[in-house]
Amino acid sequence: MKRLALVACAVVLALLAGCSLFKPPQPWEKGQLARPEMTMSADPLDERFGQHIYSSKESASGGYGVGGGGCGCN
Amino acid sequence: MKAWTSIAASTAVLVCLGALPAHALDAGQSVPDIDLPGATVAPRLAALKGKVVYVDFWASWCGPCRQSFPWMNDMQQKYGAQGLQIVAVNVDAKRADADQFLTEVPARFALAFDPKGDVAKRVGVKAMPTALVVGADGRIVRVHQGFREQDRAELEALLVAALSSAKAQP
Repeated sequence: MKRLALVACAVVLALLAGCSLFKPPQPWEKGQLARPEMTMSADPLDERFGQHIYSSKESASGGYGVGGGGCGCN
Repeated sequence: MKAWTSIAASTAVLVCLGALPAHALDAGQSVPDIDLPGATVAPRLAALKGKVVYVDFWASWCGPCRQSFPWMNDMQQKYGAQGLQIVAVNVDAKRADADQFLTEVPARFALAFDPKGDVAKRVGVKAMPTALVVGADGRIVRVHQGFREQDRAELEALLVAALSSAKAQP
């Protein structure tokens, strides 16, 4: 029984470590994500209005696609 | 049995360590001799020692990069004779995208191509675009992330200061 628990522990550890292999894309790898098709909204102006309202209400912006080039500073 | 568990545990730890990001370069450090693949001006950064080098990482899909090109053209034209060298490293996976961008936004400075992102990884690029301002002594003056219209004056002042300190100690 103890053996089984140990093996289970090892398996869980290995699985957790496996998750770390799936790395998010690096800033220079966001070419596909920056494509217009990847945004949720079809109309850029509409999206801009929406984001303006959101940022004034939440005093936070960003997190929507990589419109600013994935830069996080625009 | 015990050995097997410890092997599994150590493998897990090793895998976790391997997933840690490379350490990013910062101001004040001396710049490593990074590759400039495809650059006509110099194959490696070390070959440009003695010049003030502005290394910019850009991609065709990056909006601020598009804004930065006219500014970089200006700077190269204005300060090239004083020892400024701008090298723009493209990180597009497809070369055709970069070429298309360059027909729309011409570049009058050195270009390098890093489709696999090896150089970007070495430098630890955290945002697009990222620019390294490297002094004539090979030390990093500034790591600048992003490009906004209001950054122009500040960055130009930085380049002027780097150029004048390069002149002071030849």
